[in-house]
Amino acid sequence: MPLSAYLELAAVVFAIGLFGVLTRRNAVGILLGIELMLNAVNINLVAFSRFRADLTGVVFTLFTIAITVAEVAVGLAIVIVIFRVRRTIEADHLDLLRG
Amino acid sequence: MRLGSPELAVLVLFLPFVSFLLIALIRPLRRSGRPAAAVSILAMAAALLTACLMWQHAIDAPRGTNPSVLWSWLPADGGPMASVGVWVDEMAMQMCMLVTLVSLLVQIYSWSYLADEPPPSLGRYYAYHSLFAFSMLGLVLAPGFLQMFIFWELVGLCSYLLIGYWYDRPSAAQAAVKAFWITKLGDLGFVAGIAMLWGSTGTFDFATLFQAAGAGTLEVAGLGTIMFLIYLGAVGKSAQFPLHIWLPDAMEGPTPVSALIHAATMVTAGVYMVARAYPLFALVPSVLTLVAWVGAFTALLAATMACVERDIKRVLAYSTISQLGYMMAANGAGSPDAAFEHLTAHGVFKALLFLGAGIVIHHFHTNDVFRMGGLFVQRPWVGGAFVVATLALAGVWPLPGFFSKEAVLAAVLHGRLTLPFVMLMATAFLTAFYMFRVVFLAFFGHAHHPHEHHAPPLAMDLVCRALAVLTLVLGLRALFAGHHAEAPAWLPWLSLAAAAAGIALAWATYQRHALDPARLSAALAPLAFLARRRYFIDAIFAAAYRGVLLGLSRVIGWVDRYLVDGVVNALSAAALRAGDQLRRLQTGHPQDYVYGVALGVLLLLVWAQLR
Repeated sequence: MPLSAYLELAAVVFAIGLFGVLTRRNAVGILLGIELMLNAVNINLVAFSRFRADLTGVVFTLFTIAITVAEVAVGLAIVIVIFRVRRTIEADHLDLLRG
Repeated sequence: MRLGSPELAVLVLFLPFVSFLLIALIRPLRRSGRPAAAVSILAMAAALLTACLMWQHAIDAPRGTNPSVLWSWLPADGGPMASVGVWVDEMAMQMCMLVTLVSLLVQIYSWSYLADEPPPSLGRYYAYHSLFAFSMLGLVLAPGFLQMFIFWELVGLCSYLLIGYWYDRPSAAQAAVKAFWITKLGDLGFVAGIAMLWGSTGTFDFATLFQAAGAGTLEVAGLGTIMFLIYLGAVGKSAQFPLHIWLPDAMEGPTPVSALIHAATMVTAGVYMVARAYPLFALVPSVLTLVAWVGAFTALLAATMACVERDIKRVLAYSTISQLGYMMAANGAGSPDAAFEHLTAHGVFKALLFLGAGIVIHHFHTNDVFRMGGLFVQRPWVGGAFVVATLALAGVWPLPGFFSKEAVLAAVLHGRLTLPFVMLMATAFLTAFYMFRVVFLAFFGHAHHPHEHHAPPLAMDLVCRALAVLTLVLGLRALFAGHHAEAPAWLPWLSLAAAAAGIALAWATYQRHALDPARLSAALAPLAFLARRRYFIDAIFAAAYRGVLLGLSRVIGWVDRYLVDGVVNALSAAALRAGDQLRRLQTGHPQDYVYGVALGVLLLLVWAQLR
């Protein structure tokens, strides 16, 4: 399969992730969207690494996965705290920053 | 140690100043009243003695030398800008004696006149008096225009303070403000004039200026304008038409203050200034002619207004304006000596008239001459003194007013100012008429007995007697001093005849009742109407104030409120509205921000593609 197939897959996954981030009302859903976008990036990195025979991309992907795990942990913790305080995790209701 | 006269002059100048500082700065002294008055009176007495001593000295000194003590002041590139100090010539010395004498007598008089005032007010009163005397002496002894102007303004300030002494009376406060502003109107011209003079000659000093003027080396472009502007200062201060309107209102002050303002200080400053700066005025005959005409016109105008006035103090005020007109006419006719002679003579008998009027008002508890009468029998001494002063003012031989008025008339005639001469002659007639109208109404005629009889306090009585004696002495001195050579032989007889006619008319009208005053005024109805309304000059000033000044203020206020403020308000409103619009961008929804980021990335991508 050519490189472009991987890149198109990554683009589609990124787009789905972005769509999820933008449209999901639930905070957990938004987090899921972010995960998708990060993984689309990972696909890109791995694909380039493979086609250019350079392991740097794979190493970089491992780092990204580790950071993603941490990010999810922190993100979910924030969501839980918000739920405790506001009794909701609907993104539409979280507008304390409104001007 | 023998002090030279300039050093004595410095002493004369600083005695009242020291007394002012003592009273003004030492609070317990000021609030104690009587002790403050004593300090002020003692200082004035010392100043009078010093002034007399100075006069004594000067007689030994050779004439024509003007000893002076000068300090340079306002250092600038190329020498100091002005000098301050004292400049003692004969005129200044006589004026010093007049100022200190009248101030002293007025202060002694006030001791009794204002006995019922609360002590703190009395202390304030005497502090003002000391400052007033200091200012006037500083003006008189000034060696240059700059010092003269500074003291000129101080004199104006003091008169404001004293006229508004009873500042809780609205009329007094108004009169004080009126006096201040009307004189300021003239002072604007004065300050502009001396600034222009300095601009073209580089000096304020009289000695330098007069020397150049005498030698004909004074090359000044537009000297006529400069001297006219300087003359404007005198118009305000010496109550010349049309800035005379403050003087009658200045009667709102205590009577001794009126005596001081009218006799020695304040109003004489303008005449003195023109006489002092005469060598400069002499270079511009057109301005001098104007001075003479305005003076004569003022004299006549004020005399007609005095004829219809019922308030004794206002009659005297108009007579002051009228006599100031005489002095200015003499100045304008080229005889500052005659003006100065009339100034000193007038200073003495006008002080007497006012102080006498104070006793009269004290006696009858009214200012209205038609509600007085018979005082001569009840108080012969006061009546005698008042009549002496009235005769002097009317110009009856051998009182000082006769000689000085004759000198003025001779000067005007000599200057070939025929119409002003006629006006002044008519004024002499009117002066005799309105003054004797007051005398016949207040001192003779039906006796009006006041409810409570009390003799005037001794101090007031003595001051009046002293002034009456002084008036007689001055008259006798003038009698033996010799005659003015320039006057034609018929002039004294004509002036006497005018005075006699005035007195006779007053006698026939108000004493014998041979003439009905009502019919007299009916015969001159338009004139009487105008005079009663003060020729609408006050009204014109008020209308000008309301129309021009307030109108202009309203326009400026509108511009400020709606144009200047409008721009600022519009800008701030626009900023507020823009902020409000921008605020709505911040929805607070996290996803909207993500939209923004995504859109931004997209735009960047598009931009990168197109580039």
